Amino acid sequence: MAFLEINDVHKIYGQTVVVDTFNLQIEQGEFVSFLGPSGCGKTTTLRMVAGFIVPTSGSIVINAVDVTRMPPNRRNVGMVFQSYALFPNMTVAANVGFGLKVAGQPARAIKQRVAEMLEIIHMTEYATRYPYQLSGGQQQRVALARALAIQPQVLLLDEPLSALDAKIRISLRQEIRTIQRQLNITTIYVTHDQEEALSLSDRIVVMNQGRIEQIGTPFAIYNRPRTRFVASFVGTLNVLTAEVVDAATGRIMIDGQEIHVNGILPDHPDPSLAIALRPEVISLNGVYGQTANHMQGTVEDVTFLGPVVRTRVRFDQHTIHLDSFNTPQLVPPRNGDSVTVSFPPEACLVLSDTPGAEV
Amino acid sequence: MAPAASENDMRHINFWSWLWIIIGAIYFFVPLIATLLFSLQAKRDELGFTAYSNVLSSPAFFNSFSFSFWTAVTTISISALLIVPTAYWVHLRLPRLRPVIDFITLLPFVVPAVVLVFGLIRTYNRTPLTDSRQGLYVLLVGSYVMLSIPYMYRAIDTGLRAIDVRALTEAAQSLGADWFTIMTRVIFPNVYIALLSGAFITFAIVMGEFTIAFLLAQPAFGPYISLLSSSKVYEPSALAIISFGLTWASIGVVQWISHSFSGQSQITGPR
Ligand SMILES: Nc1ncnc2c1ncn2[C@@H]1O[C@H](COP(=O)(O)OP(=O)(O)OP(=O)(O)O)[C@@H](O)[C@H]1O
Ligand SMILES: [Mg+2]
Repeated sequence: MAFLEINDVHKIYGQTVVVDTFNLQIEQGEFVSFLGPSGCGKTTTLRMVAGFIVPTSGSIVINAVDVTRMPPNRRNVGMVFQSYALFPNMTVAANVGFGLKVAGQPARAIKQRVAEMLEIIHMTEYATRYPYQLSGGQQQRVALARALAIQPQVLLLDEPLSALDAKIRISLRQEIRTIQRQLNITTIYVTHDQEEALSLSDRIVVMNQGRIEQIGTPFAIYNRPRTRFVASFVGTLNVLTAEVVDAATGRIMIDGQEIHVNGILPDHPDPSLAIALRPEVISLNGVYGQTANHMQGTVEDVTFLGPVVRTRVRFDQHTIHLDSFNTPQLVPPRNGDSVTVSFPPEACLVLSDTPGAEV
Repeated sequence: MAPAASENDMRHINFWSWLWIIIGAIYFFVPLIATLLFSLQAKRDELGFTAYSNVLSSPAFFNSFSFSFWTAVTTISISALLIVPTAYWVHLRLPRLRPVIDFITLLPFVVPAVVLVFGLIRTYNRTPLTDSRQGLYVLLVGSYVMLSIPYMYRAIDTGLRAIDVRALTEAAQSLGADWFTIMTRVIFPNVYIALLSGAFITFAIVMGEFTIAFLLAQPAFGPYISLLSSSKVYEPSALAIISFGLTWASIGVVQWISHSFSGQSQITGPR
C-alpha cells in the first residue's frame, strides 16, 4: 500500500466533470508534480487532498487512514499557496509557530522549532519582521517554513513560484527540492510550467481536462510521451500526420515522402497516424547515415537561440522545427535553401489519442 | 508664451481653490465661534466659564453622558460580534450574495427612526421587553445595533477586502486551526483597524441620538441636551462645545490607537 493513495476520485460541479477517474499512488518521500494547462483540474485535485473540497466519489488515503471526509484541520497536511497567505498581523516567527501554538505546544518547544525552521530557510535574522517587510521570495520561504513546522505527513504546493520573477523562481525551486529531500517529506507540487515539473519531480502527472494523460518520470514523460497532448504540452515537439503504408513493417508516408518507424504499428481502420519528433533529434548534415530516414524540404526560417540554432523546414503540408547545437563547425542554413533532414526511426514517437496510465 | 500661460492657469486654480477653502472654513467655523462666544457670556458684561461649570457640575450631565457612553460601547461590541462573523462568512462562502447583503445593510438609512421605534414597540408589545426598564434598554441597544449596521458592515467589509480571506482561512485550517481560532487569531486582528472606523461613527451616532432614546424614555445624552435647550439659555451652547470637544477627543484616541497598531495593519500579497 502506498503512503498516499488517490483512488477513483471524481469531482463534478453541476454538469461539469472537473476531475475524472483520478488514480494515483505516491510513496513516502516522493516528489510528484501535477502538470497541465489552466483549468485542467490540478488545483481541484490538490484541494481534495488538502480537504478543502470533498470528492463527488472515490477515496483519499494518507498513511493507511481514509481521510476523504476528514476536515482539513485534522489531516496534518501542509499547504503552500500561490499568494503566500501569510498572516499579516503576525511576525515571521509567529507565522511559523502558528500551527504549533494551535496544537497547544509549550512556548519553549515552539521557540526552538521556529528557530530550527528559520535556520532551514536561512531567515533567522528576519524573525521579528512582519510579512509586509519581506520580498515575495522571502514571504514564500516563510510560508514554506510555516507549513513544514507542524511536521505534516504530506506537503502540498499550488503554483508556489508563479508570482515571483524568473531568477528567484529558479533558485527557490532548488531550495524547495533540497529541503524536501532533507526532510524526506511526501510532496505534491502543482504547476503549469513544464520546466519546473521536469527539473523537480520524481514523477510527473500530466493532466488535461480533468483526466490523467500520463504518469511517469520526467525522463519518460519527455522522451516517451504517450499521447498527442503530452507530446505537445511537454517540450517543443513536431507533431506530423502520417499515412500508414504498411503497418507490419512500420512504413509510413508524410507529405508524399516515405519513412519508417520502429516496431509494429497499431492495426487501425483509420490509416492516418500522429508522429512526434523532438527538434533536437533531427539533423541537417546526415550524421545518422544511410539507414536513417531522410526527407527533402525548404528552409523557411532560422532563429539563433544562443546554445542552439532553430531552423524551420517546410515539406509539402507540414513544417518542422529542428535544433542544431551551436558548435564552431556549424554552418547555419539560409532561408530558401533546399535541405535534406534526417532522423533515426527510433526517434519517431507514435502517439495515441487516448490517455494512458503508468509507463 | 506657453509657460507664462500655464503659470497664469496655476494662479487661477490657486485662487479658486483658496476661495472655496475659505468659504468652507467660514461656513464651518462661524457658527462654532459664535456658539463659543455666546456660551462664554453667561455673566453679564464679562466672558467666563460659568455656563461650563454649571453644565459640568450638574449630575444629570454626567449620568446621561455615562449612560450613553456605556450604551455606545455595548452597541459597538454587539454589532462587531454580530457583523464580523457574518461578513466573514459572506466573503468566504457566499461571495455572490454580497450585493444583496450590501443592500440589506443600507435599509437602516431608509427607515426613519420613528418608524423603527414604533415598529419595535408594536412587535414586542406585551412582551417583557416593553414592560420593564431593562426590557426597553434591550430595545434601545437593539435599535442602535441596527442603526450601526451600515457603518459597521461597510467598515468591516472594507477590512476583509484588504486581506485574502479565503487563502488565510485555508492556511490556518491546514495548520490545524478550528473556526474559533481562525476568527479570534486571524480574522479579528486583521479587521480590527477597519472596525475602529465603523465603531467611531457608531459611537458618535449613539452619543447624539435623540428620537429613539426619547420615545423609549431612556435617560440618554440626546434627550438631556434637548431638555437643557428648552430650559436654559447659555448652558446648551456650552454643552454643544463640550460635546464637540469630546467628539474630537474620541477621534484622536482612535487615530492614536490605530497608529500604534499600524505596524501590523499593512497588507501583504504577491509582489
Ligand atoms: N466551485 C466551482 N464550481 C464550478 N466549477 C469550478 C469550481 N471550481 C473550479 N471549477 C472549474 O474546474 C476546472 C478546474 O479548475 P482548477 O482550479 O482545478 O484548474 P487548475 O488546473 O488549477 O488551473 P490553473 O492552472 O488555472 O490554476 C475549471 O474549469 C474551473 O472553472
Ligand atoms: Mg490552479
